[in-house]
Amino acid sequence: MKTLTDRALNLAQVQGATYADIRIIQRRTQGITVKNGVVEGLSENESQGFGVRVVAGGAWGFASSALLTPAEVDRVTALAVQIARASALFKTRDVNLGPPVAHTGTYRTPVQIDPWDVSLEEKLDLLFKADEGMRATPGVVVATSSIVLWRERMTFANTEGAFLEQEIVESGSGIEALAVDPQSGEVQKRSYPNAFARDQRREGWESILAHDLPGNALRVGEEAVALLSADPCPSGTTTIVLGATQLALQVHESCGHPIELDRVFGTEASYAGTSFLTPEKYGNFRYGSEVVNITADATSPGGLGTFGWDDEGVPAQRVPVIREGLFVGYLTSRETAQQLREIAGDAAPETSGGAMRADGWNRIPLIRMTNINLEPGEWEFDDLIADTDDGIYMELNRSWSIDDKRLNFQFGTEIAFEIKGGKMGRMLKNATYTGITPQFWANCDAICNDNHWRVWGTPNCGKGQPSQSAHVGHGTAPARFRNVQVGVMK
Amino acid sequence: MLGKKRIQEIADTILARSTADQTEVVVVAGEEYLTRFANSTIHQNVAETNAEVRTRVVLGTRVGVAATNNLDGEALAATLESALAIARLQPENPDFKSLPGPQPIPEVSAFSAATADCTPEQRAQGVGAICLQARDAGVVASGALTTSVVELGVTNSLGVSAYLPTTYADINTVVMSDTSAGYASALALDVNDLDFETIGREAVEKCLHSQNPRALDPGEYAVILEPYAVQDFLMMMSYTGLGAVALQEGRSFMAGRIGERIVDDRISIWDDGLDPTGIPMPFDFEGVPKQRVDFFERGVARGVVYDSYRAGKEEGKTSTGHALAAPNAMGPFPLNSFLAPGDTALEEMIASTERGLYVTRFHYTRPVEPRQVVITGMTRDGTFLVENGQIAYPVKNLRFTQSYLEALNHVEAIGNEPHLLSGFGGLLRNSVPALKLGTFSFTGATEF
Repeated sequence: MKTLTDRALNLAQVQGATYADIRIIQRRTQGITVKNGVVEGLSENESQGFGVRVVAGGAWGFASSALLTPAEVDRVTALAVQIARASALFKTRDVNLGPPVAHTGTYRTPVQIDPWDVSLEEKLDLLFKADEGMRATPGVVVATSSIVLWRERMTFANTEGAFLEQEIVESGSGIEALAVDPQSGEVQKRSYPNAFARDQRREGWESILAHDLPGNALRVGEEAVALLSADPCPSGTTTIVLGATQLALQVHESCGHPIELDRVFGTEASYAGTSFLTPEKYGNFRYGSEVVNITADATSPGGLGTFGWDDEGVPAQRVPVIREGLFVGYLTSRETAQQLREIAGDAAPETSGGAMRADGWNRIPLIRMTNINLEPGEWEFDDLIADTDDGIYMELNRSWSIDDKRLNFQFGTEIAFEIKGGKMGRMLKNATYTGITPQFWANCDAICNDNHWRVWGTPNCGKGQPSQSAHVGHGTAPARFRNVQVGVMK
Repeated sequence: MLGKKRIQEIADTILARSTADQTEVVVVAGEEYLTRFANSTIHQNVAETNAEVRTRVVLGTRVGVAATNNLDGEALAATLESALAIARLQPENPDFKSLPGPQPIPEVSAFSAATADCTPEQRAQGVGAICLQARDAGVVASGALTTSVVELGVTNSLGVSAYLPTTYADINTVVMSDTSAGYASALALDVNDLDFETIGREAVEKCLHSQNPRALDPGEYAVILEPYAVQDFLMMMSYTGLGAVALQEGRSFMAGRIGERIVDDRISIWDDGLDPTGIPMPFDFEGVPKQRVDFFERGVARGVVYDSYRAGKEEGKTSTGHALAAPNAMGPFPLNSFLAPGDTALEEMIASTERGLYVTRFHYTRPVEPRQVVITGMTRDGTFLVENGQIAYPVKNLRFTQSYLEALNHVEAIGNEPHLLSGFGGLLRNSVPALKLGTFSFTGATEF
């Protein structure tokens, strides 16, 4: 690999690039889906290629190819420089990357059982058992069980002297039961362990075994059917307690995205939007109540946002984002870190917080979440419910939507339970809630403790043009929010 | 480009080597270029060259799929072996009938040399035209221009052999001031058909006209929806219920209602991969020729799209030519949909509105209840109150929670100018006009 990386970097400089980096990536994925007792899909995909990113004429260019040959490296590098010079035709300022980044080293996801060593028979057996468990309940019309495996080997090198090799392994699995009322056509869904087919972690097969899909399948099927006859979520303003998986998505949408500094600086405006956390709020804006502490942590064990170095070669690190409710940190890149220092001076960090991540060899790195974790609080879950006189407990996301500055949001969950007099009561369906981000977090008055905290995986975070999908993590424990508008669906 | 000959050679080599009962080889090769801009400068500018070979094998009724983008003979052979190993390990799938057999593929014109040969400098100039307009107007432009060349080759051991070279060019832009934004986009086969000056002017003017928006209470309003917003109706209905999987699982809004009028009788929506006014695609990812499928014909629900697997689950059904690449958890999907235009200009829609909202587009829409196509989302990039037949003033963005099916029962006018727009990251190429609807439910508001 070093021969190819040296070739690209040398050629880029010869052609006038002031900076260049190259990533060579080999990605292997395996997907297995069992639906209603048959294997609906079973596939293995391999993708390899390289991408060269350059600064020439003070502007960015990037080119990539699946063909790993010296001649193609030459062609693609030259194309990247040509593209950069085309970008420079309308530039208003030169790219400033700040201090050089020149780390060397290797990193591999810690894995107990390599998921690629587990036989397909064992994987199918697990999924068929879960399938059987869900369909044991009459009324379950569709039962889906799935496993997703992912392995990516990457070499990164830049013209500043960095040379890094990383191997990332991910394992994901999940089950989903759909119940349909034959009279009304109403559809209800229950999933486990996370929404939209799976939870995923940077771990090995041990992660999938820990989910115990077969052991949870009967409950999932029963709950899907029970939802058909449950009462609808009432409308009004009340207290809600969000389960950890729903809270993971809440953190993702209302905190993780608005702290991406590229969004703040307008570079995502044409697609996903901008951010209400504009630079004058840095260090002084009340984002939430004093119990709210959020950290961007690329070192969380098992998190989908955990790695050795980001895709600019910056080491993984912990970055405080919200401290006792105050907004104190962004997700940054080399370039945006310098832009922030131009605005905030020495109050801003000198270097990147290491949040640049690319979805493969054919995409440029963008600022992405790592693991955006709501730090655990003090409460035992049972005590939190006992302390809640009147409210609704909502669990596991079913729908999500937020405006393009990340203020007005609306979420729906698969299942909810009424809380009355400190006890969980009747099941509720079609639960929705809505709010404005800082008002919502200001009304957070209790977070569960370490005993109920874990890092959940969101493997489908979309951003960028052309589109990219990032795998990110969110550490959460259940939490309580007061004065929330619920029951929005008419 | 790889070329038809090379793609056929790759497929023939794999077929000759395969020991499966049936084998299919799908090759998707291409070059994609995207010039992205923000703050009225080009900040990301990318190029990709790739070719993926996807091999599907059938042993009895056991199916295995493996894919690679390494075109070496060894890698292709290893991928075939991987697909065979996967197929061997599975139980028989009684729902799988067969890969499709060959059918005549209509000729279409889906390639533009101008798009294929577009250079980084030409893309920069196109984008520059928009950026300079924004700078002159004291506002800020962002967006993306894509030019793409794709070759699709589908070959199988039953005799299917289909090849399509195709191009597309897509421009979208959001222009912003401190208090407002405007949007414009367009899609074409030929990059020379994209009028960057006009696109820029549309977005800049919308931005300037929507400055200093006022707060408006949520509630039920008549709405005039630009084509950008109407596109979301097709996207969400496709996603929730216009494919056979949703119908067969009982969760489509079409379930039990085919033949019934469920939207206004002025609404006709169909999918047609052969229509030259779209981006033509004459066959699907199984090499089956695309048929026109009517979803709504004058308000009456008519049907959904099928691939060979889903058609095999229903007696008497055949594939409509809407397969995506295997294995496909989403099932068959419409990629070239049309909503029939009417005869009303946007100006007439405004003039006929006593009180309502003019919406440029929707943002971050998601299903809340798929069976009724209840969708929630935000307005974005230019929302205005209309009073007494005129645009009164710009308003801050609102959240809606509304059944699209119910909304389509309150059609007051359909626009006379269809717009070709992309959706779902370029996967969809739909043609839609503007719509005026008598009622639409806004359930919340934001601060800008």
